[in-house]
Amino acid sequence: MTEQQAFEHLSFYGDDLTCERGGRVVFSDLSFALSSGQALLLRGPNGSGKSSLLRLLAGFLAPTRGGFGYKHGPDKEAISLGYRLGDFTTLIHYVGHQTALKPVFTARETLTQAAALFGHDHQLVDDALNALNLGALADLSVRYFSEGQQRRLALARLIASPRPIWLLDEPTNGLDADSAELLTNLMKQHLTNGGMIIAATHLEMDIDANTLNLKDFLPRQNFNSDTRFDWSMEESA
Amino acid sequence: MLVGFVWGLYLIFFENYVDYQQRETVNIMYLHVPSAWMCMSAYALMAVASAVSLIWRHPLADLTAKATAPIGMAFTALALITGSLWGKPMWGTWWEWDGRMTSVLVLFFLYMGYIALWQAIDNFDKAAKAASILALVGVINLPIIKFSVEWWNTLHQPASFMRSGGMAVDWGLMGPMVAMLVAFNAYYVTVLLWRMKAELMERRLQAISMGMAAGR
Amino acid sequence: MSRSFFALLKRDLQLGWRQGNTSVMVVAFFIMAISLFPFGVGPEMTVLGRISAGVLWVALLFSAMLSLDRLFQADFEDGSLEQLTLSPTPLSAIVFAKCVAHWINTALPLIIATPIMSVLLNLPSNALPTMIIAMLIGSPALSFIGAVGAGLTVAIRRGGVLVSLLVLPLYIPSLIFGVSAVDGAINNIASGPSLLILAAISLFSMVIGPLAATAAIRLALE
Repeated sequence: MTEQQAFEHLSFYGDDLTCERGGRVVFSDLSFALSSGQALLLRGPNGSGKSSLLRLLAGFLAPTRGGFGYKHGPDKEAISLGYRLGDFTTLIHYVGHQTALKPVFTARETLTQAAALFGHDHQLVDDALNALNLGALADLSVRYFSEGQQRRLALARLIASPRPIWLLDEPTNGLDADSAELLTNLMKQHLTNGGMIIAATHLEMDIDANTLNLKDFLPRQNFNSDTRFDWSMEESA
Repeated sequence: MLVGFVWGLYLIFFENYVDYQQRETVNIMYLHVPSAWMCMSAYALMAVASAVSLIWRHPLADLTAKATAPIGMAFTALALITGSLWGKPMWGTWWEWDGRMTSVLVLFFLYMGYIALWQAIDNFDKAAKAASILALVGVINLPIIKFSVEWWNTLHQPASFMRSGGMAVDWGLMGPMVAMLVAFNAYYVTVLLWRMKAELMERRLQAISMGMAAGR
Repeated sequence: MSRSFFALLKRDLQLGWRQGNTSVMVVAFFIMAISLFPFGVGPEMTVLGRISAGVLWVALLFSAMLSLDRLFQADFEDGSLEQLTLSPTPLSAIVFAKCVAHWINTALPLIIATPIMSVLLNLPSNALPTMIIAMLIGSPALSFIGAVGAGLTVAIRRGGVLVSLLVLPLYIPSLIFGVSAVDGAINNIASGPSLLILAAISLFSMVIGPLAATAAIRLALE
């Protein structure tokens, strides 16, 4: 568990984040701060930007305004602020709606590849399979997996390569009650180890977490064609 | 623009020094040379606008690049067609795989791909960025393509056909040429501004529609 | 970093083999496309011999292009591309690995099939070694330039035709020098310069291709 030790004294924060999608401001001036062992649950109606926030924090989207970053150690300065900074992505796990699985690989192969991609060797692969109750299916092609099993395999990546920040988009989707509980326990374990979790979920989850309701960060005006440039500047007469 | 055209056309048809060898067919050159010139400078401008759009992210640069492409492509087509019309009486064939014509043809393909990419992506900002990347890759490759086509051409065909007599120096020919170049440039700027204005209005319309959808 | 690079390379190679055997299909296309030419220009061996270098190269371009639209699209659709961006390895290096895998999965089998096809087309046998060398040197450019087109069209459904529209003009230099190297060998002219230029084009596209493709992929993920 030496990797997990490194999770301590880390904090993750966002400042005045504003996000636009297709010319529409999804949320604006959103700030949050998390430190080791804390979780944040994202709430809000459909389209309020839960997924967008997670994708933004994972570096897929650029915030229109604002920044985010992490601090290492209790007293140190912010190490990285902003987006798409190489060393930043190595702290992050993102599990979205898509499972990123290839039907032709076995569960074990999938996790070995995932670990290698994230710069780890395969020593935790078996732990990960067992943690999500996939041990018996380890050498079966993903092709034969049910939807729930595929979701579990996607989540097993979280264990196969340890990273401190988990960004989870509706992680309980497609899971039955038992598996959802399994996931809840893994999340608790991760927090105990000093990790951090930001999850968008519409279900109540039995973990100690702060809640962030995206409804509170709706943009002030309802639409704005483009904040970079006012397309209607010409000929208002 | 109009002045330039009228002046140029007047010079061409009434004050013209007629090449003894080429006769009236040389007049096509007054369309051919400016359009060939314009199709290249339009691509250069498109690439510059694309670079500006990628670096400074100014939407007007996107608009400029987008609006330039169809005009540039039209100039390219004009250059090819006039070249072909001139080639028939001069070289006795509509088409020669001559180095210049071939590289202009490739330029036409590049314009085509650029416009197709714009049309294939719905989201304006995404289409703009993708097209900018393509335009820059294209402009980096353009010298390589040009070089290889010229090289290929000299390998396959000894350059025996370029016997366009004395048009480089004679002022009787240069006068209308300059006039037509000015006219073509003016035409380009005018149409570019029209297209950009139309594009702006379309964007505005989209913004209004989006506002209406959001208001419901 | 090299761990992720090679893991991905291995993954893509395995994918190519297990997922409907891409290489076999590409080679089949290559063979069929070439076999059409005798029907088109007549079975005269002298005529075929003269155009053989060009036909082989054009068939190589088309075959390599055929599988380009899936280069990033499959990974984009199932979410793998998102995972790839979270690797400690820079995305451009990952794109590089995918291009190498594409080359091994498509161009390499075609080059192996070339000697057989060159017999069918009556390519002068003294030119065959040059043909193979030219293909080995020149074909990486096809994968790396192709990656730009594949990246730009990754989010576009049915982007296959568009890829060819974007990529084919950029393939022209490779085609020209590839054929001229072989022509040189046939006519006993030194083909060294052509091969060197071919190598330069490949090296150049290895730099430009992954960078532009990476920008395009980032864009698609937004």
